Amino acid sequence: MTADEIRKAILEILHDIAPDEDLSGLKDEVPLRDQLPLDSMDFLDIVMELRKRYRIQIPEEEYTELASMASTVKYLEPKMKDM
Amino acid sequence: MATERPDHQRIVITGVGLSAPNGNSLPEFRHALLEGRSGVSAFETRYFGPTVAGVCDFDELRHQKRKEVRRGTRAGSVGIFCASEAVADSGLDWENVDRSTVGIYVGVTEHGNVETENEIFLIKGFDYDTQYWSHHHNPRTVANNPAGEISLNLGVTGPHYTLGAACAAGNAGIIQGVQMLRLEECDVALCGGVSESIHSFGIFASFNSQGALAKHESPERASRPFDADRNGIVVAEGGCMFVLERLDAARARGAKIHGEIAGYAMNSDATDFVLPDPGRQAECIHLALRRAGMNPEDIDIVSTHATSTVSGDAQECQALRQVWGDNGRHTLMNNTKSFIGHAMGAAGALELAGNLPAFDDGVCHASINLDRLDQQCELPGLVANRPREVGTINTILNNSFGMLGINSVVIVKRV
Repeated sequence: MTADEIRKAILEILHDIAPDEDLSGLKDEVPLRDQLPLDSMDFLDIVMELRKRYRIQIPEEEYTELASMASTVKYLEPKMKDM
Repeated sequence: MATERPDHQRIVITGVGLSAPNGNSLPEFRHALLEGRSGVSAFETRYFGPTVAGVCDFDELRHQKRKEVRRGTRAGSVGIFCASEAVADSGLDWENVDRSTVGIYVGVTEHGNVETENEIFLIKGFDYDTQYWSHHHNPRTVANNPAGEISLNLGVTGPHYTLGAACAAGNAGIIQGVQMLRLEECDVALCGGVSESIHSFGIFASFNSQGALAKHESPERASRPFDADRNGIVVAEGGCMFVLERLDAARARGAKIHGEIAGYAMNSDATDFVLPDPGRQAECIHLALRRAGMNPEDIDIVSTHATSTVSGDAQECQALRQVWGDNGRHTLMNNTKSFIGHAMGAAGALELAGNLPAFDDGVCHASINLDRLDQQCELPGLVANRPREVGTINTILNNSFGMLGINSVVIVKRV
């Protein structure tokens, strides 16, 4: 998957997790929590959905990599490049 | 006697919110009951296949965001809808109510079956690898979940919990609310019962294995308490929450009063896991009557519990004949499950609610689908198939019984 495709996949997950939110203006460099009402259970949802949809395992100590869209895409690129 | 209590200890119903398979408000529900309209329909559930059930169609998004619906449970959504509608019906100035003085008491027959079945179904797709088991499982399945979701939604910081009381739970929720108001543990009680049971295949399968699940070509005819051809329970979902307040507080703010909780009782059979005990049921009724300062003939309507099972209906009728004997012709008896099926934890609360408008319209709704009365179910005041206009109705006695021999009775009178 390309970086754009990974971003799109993350957006689909975010849309399911935060269905009431408008994601069209999401700023990639700004932490997700500063733009969306996400709590720790929501971030666990992101981890779980990546596991379910793409079989990607994210160790707990690396959850901080999912802080923003940009950091998430950068972190996932090597893991998803062959998908 | 209830009337000898000071107004500060007299507990009244000032709000009703409900979702039944045939109505999403008290007026809608009452209209369906007087019209003889069933809410039972064809239904299919995972593994079990086609069956019949009482299915609700309330708008979850009226009081919840989509995210809250996704994260929570169906029982939570039912509870939130009913509690929010009850608060609106009460006319309380909710924005200015001190939410720390509100208590939430929700009766449930069971909770967690639906969510557990869903998770097991989902991890089946991952070869039962438990790392795919949702982190939402525990908050969804803790026993206080439906009450807790109401607390979160309405910003109530007083006590919240559920009461596990099998199919007596709706009455148990109401009784808890009365007790907590009298103990001054809260100033407003949101109480009643909820059920999400139709979303658990296990409920259907277990009743079926027990030979106690209703079957009928026409779904709306499947729930037929007291009929000689009844063959079991129609499982239903639904909920009913009441706003209870002390009479002095209700009068001070000019609230509409739906009725006063005049008496109540709960007891246990201590005889069998499943089969009811008419003797203990009759004792429970007598105890509620004594606490209300009433005699059997003082009751205008008995809202029966009968679930349309062969033995259960006959046992309750035996208990009713034991209490009312042959002198009960004044007392009318009806059954709401014949319209909506058995709403489990919500049943007691819903069935009481369906009868409350009788204080205003003077009509006793019927028990429908009664084509051929089972002789074992002969009751002197049974209202069969068509509602009966009475004129003035002052008292309602609501039966609600459950597995493991749990019995509950609530008596409401006109204020």
